[in-house]
Amino acid sequence: MSKVMDTQNCFHCGLDIIKEDEIIFDNKSFCCNGCKTVYEIFSLNDMTYYYDFEKSPGATPQDIKGKYDFLDNESIVAKLLEFQENSTAIISLNIPHIHCSSCIWILENLQRLQKGISTSQVNFPEKKVRITYNPEVVSIKTIVYLLSSIGYEPYISLENYETGNNTVDRTLTYKLGVAFFCFGNIMLLSFPEYFEVKEYWLDQYRGFFRWLIFALAMPSFLYSASGYYVSAFKSIRSKMLNIDIPIALGIVVMFVRSAFDIIMDYGSGFFDSLTGLIFFMLLGKMFQIKTYSFLSFERDFKSYFPIAVTKINTDFSEESVPIYDVEKGDRLLIRNQELIPVDGILISEKAEIDYSFVTGEAVAIEKKSGDKVFAGGKQIGKVIEMEVLHSVSQSYLTQLWSNDVFQKNVEQKHKTITDQISRYFTPILLLIAFTSFGYWIFIDANIAFNVFTAVLIVACPCALALTAPFTFGNVLRIMGKQKFYLKNALVIEQLSKVDTVVFDKTGTITTNKKSNISYEGNLFSEEIKVLIKNALRGSNHPLSRMLYDYLPEAKKLKVDAFEEITGKGIMVQIDNHQILIGSASLVKIIDNNSIQQTSVHIKVDGQYYGRYNFNNQYRDGLEQLFSTLKNQYQIKVLSGDNDGEMETLEQLLPKGTELVFNQKPEQKLEFIKKLQQEGRNVMMVGDGLNDAGALAQSNVGISISENVNVFSPACDAILDATEFQKLNYFLQLSKNSITTIKMSFALSLLYNIIGLSFAVTGNLLPLVAAIIMPLSTITIVSFVTVMSSYYACKK
Amino acid sequence: MSVIYLLITISIIIAIGFFIAFITAVKTGQYDDDYTPSVRMLFDDELLKSTKKENTVEKIEEINLEE
Repeated sequence: MSKVMDTQNCFHCGLDIIKEDEIIFDNKSFCCNGCKTVYEIFSLNDMTYYYDFEKSPGATPQDIKGKYDFLDNESIVAKLLEFQENSTAIISLNIPHIHCSSCIWILENLQRLQKGISTSQVNFPEKKVRITYNPEVVSIKTIVYLLSSIGYEPYISLENYETGNNTVDRTLTYKLGVAFFCFGNIMLLSFPEYFEVKEYWLDQYRGFFRWLIFALAMPSFLYSASGYYVSAFKSIRSKMLNIDIPIALGIVVMFVRSAFDIIMDYGSGFFDSLTGLIFFMLLGKMFQIKTYSFLSFERDFKSYFPIAVTKINTDFSEESVPIYDVEKGDRLLIRNQELIPVDGILISEKAEIDYSFVTGEAVAIEKKSGDKVFAGGKQIGKVIEMEVLHSVSQSYLTQLWSNDVFQKNVEQKHKTITDQISRYFTPILLLIAFTSFGYWIFIDANIAFNVFTAVLIVACPCALALTAPFTFGNVLRIMGKQKFYLKNALVIEQLSKVDTVVFDKTGTITTNKKSNISYEGNLFSEEIKVLIKNALRGSNHPLSRMLYDYLPEAKKLKVDAFEEITGKGIMVQIDNHQILIGSASLVKIIDNNSIQQTSVHIKVDGQYYGRYNFNNQYRDGLEQLFSTLKNQYQIKVLSGDNDGEMETLEQLLPKGTELVFNQKPEQKLEFIKKLQQEGRNVMMVGDGLNDAGALAQSNVGISISENVNVFSPACDAILDATEFQKLNYFLQLSKNSITTIKMSFALSLLYNIIGLSFAVTGNLLPLVAAIIMPLSTITIVSFVTVMSSYYACKK
Repeated sequence: MSVIYLLITISIIIAIGFFIAFITAVKTGQYDDDYTPSVRMLFDDELLKSTKKENTVEKIEEINLEE
């Protein structure tokens, strides 16, 4: 490999290769040993086709030593398995890294890598692999280790521990199938009637055709449309007029009149329109349901917490115990990158705890022996020991979930726009029907009956009922493409009503991906800068990594000695220079940092230079977003931190923005509740678990996520962090979609008026009904699709 | 007896047959994951190739052993 390239990417994972670390194996270059090992495994097993489907599809395997020891515990494994018998077991594992066709291929060929696995099947949209294996030959732990060693580490959390076999609800698909079957066949059989040819054979078989149509309409009427009857009945009982009442009324009246027509041999009835109507309305329902199977909107702490934790028994033996069995007074062992599941007291000398799941704060907090550590933190660095203070359900963070917001399942917080319209629609419709009946009854009782039914049939708000599902369905897809994932269509309506926007600070309007680093102290020469950069290269501490990325590129120097002192910093020897980088105690100065700020001190060859301060980095486009938002919305910022950043924030935010600091999770929830009591429609934008209460309480809770596949608390919508500055666009789009719906309502009312004018004069023939019904449906559906797409293109 | 009864009956029976096929397809979960099978289908060719290769390797080894 003599070719010189500026940047070279790893053959396995596609990351840039640092020249010094490059490993060349089999004429391919790799960024680290991990990636090389995965390639070796694949090439030994003749599985390098993995690299043919997609360019560098892999992930670097992580060190997971000891992390899955709980899989030795049989009672835990039994809870995870889908099925278990003597020689067959099935498990579904969630693997966040699944992202391309190479992933599918390698995961479905696991049996070639490991004896005992019989089949494995990937569900790509859900990012899951279902493995059937023989537990007598291979243990689940071995399989998990194999997956991790090839870069597909499964994600096993407490959530998996409790969910059993969840059945998929396919009722709507069945109903739609039945409705389409009936509709299609009835349409074909209705053709002779449309032309009303006075031909001998048509007359002869008319009865046969009609009775066949009648029979075919039964399943659609009784089964497919059943949801509308139930919903109408429920809404009458709760004295709320929703759109399903006129629909159910229309369907029933249509059926009764058509059955009457056929039995008395008056005509062919409206079965074609009836089944068509049911089919299109179900289609609308189907269109509205767009699920992002790989996302979960219902996550609580269980999705974050591990299933088991290592307990140290009194005889110093270690044991994996399910975390629900952890009791006060137990001693726990927490390894590198493991989550602390309960509140407790640190026994080990020092710990670096990363609370980024909880608060969004990127920089790890240092704890000393005897300090309280809270559930939800992640240990970084050495193995630590702790003593339990509270069990899982009583810990600081998990207590939040005992709040009422999480207990009741709020079916529908508010009335939908369609239901609002139908509050007026239904009484007016009944009024017209009875008035025309009252008019005709004096002229001809027979016509009066026909007119009465015709009014209810033609006014059946099919187009009205289709408007919202198709508009919302389309907007849902448009937003999904722009990485704004909504839980369901109702959220769009909620978004359009929002008048107050509450932001969490850390992790939401700041990013934890990078820090804003500033230097304070004596300036140093270029030479020393190069030394610092090289000294940092060997350290894996998050602050070192951030500072390393911040410093300009420099030529690589040979490091003579390197020592990392946990919790303090690093001591490095390069070319007879001694470099100390770390805390104030390491460089032996008295820190006069007045506001609490994360900083790293620099000392070279015994001379103290100064410190690098790590400030929160606000997201790109934040200022602009706020200045556009402030015209229409009230903005508030909630923060769990102290008010150290108040001045910076005040400069950044428009004047009059309310800033509240030192908020505990419950206080955030109460804050939202108070705003709602003042009659405001609140949108909460947050990210960490500590916002979960506020997200659930708010009218619309949006969770900002750096990686949508992994972490986001329960919410109504998940927004990819890279699209944060588009928040205003999404709000406007939801408002415009409501405008579209209103316009389309006007259009469908126009159809209703035309239809009604036929009906009240007693002229509604089956053919007229068969023309008006699909015509209105098609125009409405295409109108709303075009309009919502037009608004989406308008920035 | 007219042929029309027979024809209509046959057409309805065929339609019901397809309808039942659809219901069973939904029931067995064929509509649950509509992406993965479309990718999996493309693997088949390549898999055959690789097994063939293994076979030939084995054959070569066998030949070597015989020698």
